[in-house]
Amino acid sequence: MNFEGILAQFAAGALALALAPLLVGWVNQCRAWLQNRSAPPLLQPFRTLHKLFWKESIIAHGATPMYRVSPYVVFSCMLLASMIIPTLSTNLPLAPAADAIALVGLFALARLFISLAAMDIGTAFGTMGARREMLIGFLAEPAFLMVLFTASLISHSTSLATIVASLSQRELTILPSLAFAGIAFTMVSLAENARIPVDNPATHLELTMIHEALVLEYSGRHLALLEWAAALKLFAYSCAGIALFFPWGIARANDHAALLWALPVLLAKLAAGGFALAVIETILAKMRIFRVPEFLATAFLLGVLALLVHLLLGA
Amino acid sequence: MAPLATQFVNLFAAGLLLIAFAMLSQRRIVTLINLFALQGMALVCSTATVAYATGQSHLYWSAAITLVLKVMLLPYILHRLIRRLNVKWDIETLINIPTMMLVGIALVVFAFNLALPISEFSRSIARGTLGIALACVLMSFLMMITRSKAVPQVIGFLSMENGLFFAATSATYGMPMVVELGIALDVLVGMVILGVFLFQIREQFDSLDIHHLEKLKDE
Repeated sequence: MNFEGILAQFAAGALALALAPLLVGWVNQCRAWLQNRSAPPLLQPFRTLHKLFWKESIIAHGATPMYRVSPYVVFSCMLLASMIIPTLSTNLPLAPAADAIALVGLFALARLFISLAAMDIGTAFGTMGARREMLIGFLAEPAFLMVLFTASLISHSTSLATIVASLSQRELTILPSLAFAGIAFTMVSLAENARIPVDNPATHLELTMIHEALVLEYSGRHLALLEWAAALKLFAYSCAGIALFFPWGIARANDHAALLWALPVLLAKLAAGGFALAVIETILAKMRIFRVPEFLATAFLLGVLALLVHLLLGA
Repeated sequence: MAPLATQFVNLFAAGLLLIAFAMLSQRRIVTLINLFALQGMALVCSTATVAYATGQSHLYWSAAITLVLKVMLLPYILHRLIRRLNVKWDIETLINIPTMMLVGIALVVFAFNLALPISEFSRSIARGTLGIALACVLMSFLMMITRSKAVPQVIGFLSMENGLFFAATSATYGMPMVVELGIALDVLVGMVILGVFLFQIREQFDSLDIHHLEKLKDE
């Protein structure tokens, strides 16, 4: 661990904090364009966060300390997750501390805390949202793990930095296994980030909402932290997708010239990914909650197929 | 690193496997027929790739036969059939998709294990794909077992033939031309007979649900 590495690590964290709300703003803007609405400004998520941070946060009677602690735990989980995924450079001192499996664990920890906090208050919406979140989580997690295992098998390591380094270095070959894993990953990230086929992010008071039901009782700075954490989660998933499937342009350790290029490349990829997400959200309709297990079973199937195809064909 | 032709054959093989799963879990009959045509197309592409890579001209012919028969003619007959049987928008309601997929995965693992020692003996550029061909055959079996309507069963039967054809191409660069022509004719005639048979089933039972065939009639 050297000074440069620590600097890169902090830069990655700061970048994640700054880019995550921007990514959400970009997705909202693209979606508005595609749906012929006038778009909210790109910086709208920052304004919302600013507004929420200055508001008083009201806590229900009978809330345990769990309820107060949860936003901070969720936020730090998401920040840590986006710091261990290589975004600009693979030279990350934190990376050996947590590999791809620990990344899934971090997401699971955040999910556990937010669900417990939602049930803590005892409102019907919170409990219902927590149950749905857990249902989706427990179906999406194995699929996500299968995707990560496929990438790990190809690059012989579960460390994210090593995976990115070896995937970006190899010659251009057609890998059907990675294509399957890519589709599975897209489905998992749609489900995990409460996006359209599974949950509607624009809804605010509906019986079908999941993410909004969880944070319904929060206000003020707690809500701001949770919203920021949700943006960070989207950012972390986008970066994981970029790292696994489009790793070109991420700088290797001690490569300063590439580091300069890495930021514009990352921005371009995120912009393209956000636009793709907006397109998916525009052309798909929200599905019934009881169809979600089928959707995620398909993702799991694709993940397992990717693994099997890699083992059989070596590709 | 594998040569480019092998990479393409692997890609088409993976596509075939994916389509087999899609067919297994598809409820709508129309989409099922389209998937069957798509499966034929993947087969044509992989056969043509093998033919190009190895310079075996008879494989071009079998690719052409597949194209005409399985991508154009059979889907056309099936489309006409379901239109005349009036089951175009039928939906099979009694299939549990997640369970089917898990059984399908188990079949794939079984087929891959079974094919691994066999493909060691083959010198073909596409020997790795034998397991996928076997898995396609087994999954078509599963489809025929689990479906209760007659038309999806016929499609399962036809897609099983696709799997067998793919196995032949991947393991030994295809069967002799006479055999291939014979099978093609068999499938066509079988399709015609099954079509007549479907009309007879509907005449007798007013439905295409083959569970009616299990009851004995006391007449």
